[in-house]
Amino acid sequence: MASITLKDIVKRYGDGFLAVDRVNLDIADGEFVILVGPSGSGKSTVLRMIVGLEDITSGDLEIDGVRVNEKAPRERDLAMVFQNYALYPHLTVAENIAFPLRLAKGKHSEEEIREKIEHAADMLDLREHLDRKPANLSGGQRQRVAMGRAIVRDAKAFLFDEPLSNLDAKLRGQTRTEIARLQRRLGTTTVYVTHDQTEAMTLGDRVAVLRRGVLQQVASPRGLYEQPVNLFVAGFIGTPPMNFLPGEVKDGRITLPFGEFDMPESITKAVGDRGLVIVGLRPEHFEDARLVDPSKKDRGHTFEAQIDVTEWLGAELYAYVPFDMHESVKGQLEELDRELDGEGLRTQFVVALDSASRVRDGDTTDLWFDPTKMMIFDPETSENLTRDEDEAARIEEENAEDRKRSLERAQKQDAQV
Amino acid sequence: MGSVLSTRAKVWWAVITVVVLVGALFPVVSIFMTSFKASSDINSGTFLPPRWSTENYEQILASGGSAQELFLSALRNSIGISLIATVIAVVLATLCAYAIARLDFPGKRLILTTALGVSIFPVVSIVTPLFNLWRNIGLYDTWPGLIIPYLSLTLPISIWTLAAFFRQIPWELEQAAQVDGATPWQAFRKAIVPLAAPGVFTTALIAFFIAWNDFVYGISLTSTSAARPVPAALAFFTGASYFEEPTGAISAAAVVVTIPVVVLVVLFQRQIVSGLTQGAVKG
Repeated sequence: MASITLKDIVKRYGDGFLAVDRVNLDIADGEFVILVGPSGSGKSTVLRMIVGLEDITSGDLEIDGVRVNEKAPRERDLAMVFQNYALYPHLTVAENIAFPLRLAKGKHSEEEIREKIEHAADMLDLREHLDRKPANLSGGQRQRVAMGRAIVRDAKAFLFDEPLSNLDAKLRGQTRTEIARLQRRLGTTTVYVTHDQTEAMTLGDRVAVLRRGVLQQVASPRGLYEQPVNLFVAGFIGTPPMNFLPGEVKDGRITLPFGEFDMPESITKAVGDRGLVIVGLRPEHFEDARLVDPSKKDRGHTFEAQIDVTEWLGAELYAYVPFDMHESVKGQLEELDRELDGEGLRTQFVVALDSASRVRDGDTTDLWFDPTKMMIFDPETSENLTRDEDEAARIEEENAEDRKRSLERAQKQDAQV
Repeated sequence: MGSVLSTRAKVWWAVITVVVLVGALFPVVSIFMTSFKASSDINSGTFLPPRWSTENYEQILASGGSAQELFLSALRNSIGISLIATVIAVVLATLCAYAIARLDFPGKRLILTTALGVSIFPVVSIVTPLFNLWRNIGLYDTWPGLIIPYLSLTLPISIWTLAAFFRQIPWELEQAAQVDGATPWQAFRKAIVPLAAPGVFTTALIAFFIAWNDFVYGISLTSTSAARPVPAALAFFTGASYFEEPTGAISAAAVVVTIPVVVLVVLFQRQIVSGLTQGAVKG
């Protein structure tokens, strides 16, 4: 187990392409950190630099306080699970798992190796497959063998490179919880790369969001969700994604595509003397006006909207409302959409309503929203003007406490078994 | 595409299969039968030998047989020359194909195109200049004198098959092995070689057969039993008397040189079928 520290890590390829630009990241001992970002954000490159498969152009990589930039992968003592699993096809499952142990010649007796294989196999439910070849396993089983190979040798840290992207949706959910449980039980430092923000939110103690090789924000999932630093993070985290609307400010009132409203004090302060801002509103901060609790109805604003399409999902209902995009922020929001791997087909916003709502396609209905939930972004710098540093710090503190508690609990339970 | 064939299609496939099988096997079986005919029965006109006789085999293999000297030295030449040509070709082609599959370097396409160009160059057109050149520099009628032209046949095809094979190997395995604690050499030996071996082996077999089966170089660049390989030597068999055609002996020799090929293929069929890489990565 070990801490991993990245100091001003830069990766520039031979052709001059800057893949990773001055990334700083402190990964504490036993922590589960996610590197997340859309394709081309440099997250896999960072991981491969940590494990030593990619040279570091400049900066320092430290494991347990020791600089390892020049060390070969085998000297770093890290275990990695590859996206394609990279199992050795000519070896059985047992031998695949034993591979790292056999390489460390003389370190383990035959007896010990067998014990370790069986222990890993039990943990991953692979016992009856030990004598099979990888070719005869299902995708999920192969994935577990790859994990077995990683956990069998007590490495300093686990590195995962999009380990679930080759699994189907159902298996992905199961394996995700499996990885979370395993990590908590073993308490091993883990770095996990994914482009899937659901994985990032559910697995990580902390999540590092990357965009074009630049680290945007490192925070707990809740911190990213509630206190994003900029448009990019706000748009990347959350499903369905946050709605970005142009907001024109005049005399303490803000004009959104669906109406003109008074601004709460906190928002007024954040806006300052700007005439035009980008307003971020999460789908779940809207509600069907008819279903809003009367006690809180007065706190928000009600407006009339023309619903285009609805999606009823059982637990909630998504309704899509088209609107006209303000010319001056159109370019920026389209660019953001492209970066988030979107297609930007039409400008519309999504609202997540109570599933009891009877709003259907084509209806004109009254929607309600809470203006204090608005996030205000600077249209030029895309910085989040409503971010509350104190609140963000408090969330991180809470998160660290929760994490510590659950780790202790998991290990205590493990000790009892 | 429907996977189930209609009855009509099945019948057609059966007919075609039978025709091809008969076409391919009839000459072989015929030679086999002829090799067991006694010299007096060669012109009997029957397919099966009227009387099974090992006379022809005695002639080429037993001591004192009329063609024994000729055949055994030719067999030695064939085996030695083909093996050496195969080993050199496979070693060089392995290095070359590894570089082509793994590295990005200028002139990669040029190498492949050149190899292809060499392999389609007609043998007959080089034989005459080679004959003169070899006589001048003393390679005529020697083992190296045949090994070198054989390399021109075996190298290109080895490079192509191995490059295609190496491209399919998931090189991520090498990285995985390194992360698992292997040195670069261990990673290559333990993760890559086991996967590459069937491909190298298959290539070696193909290269060996090409060298083994050559006739044009064999007959043109040799003059004595010092280097003459079997396919060429068959043409120099003589009958027991001047008026007797050596058909039986030639058939027997043909059967003998075909046996190693058949044995090799049957033995290593499994290795040749290289389904080994399946399952390494997402299937």
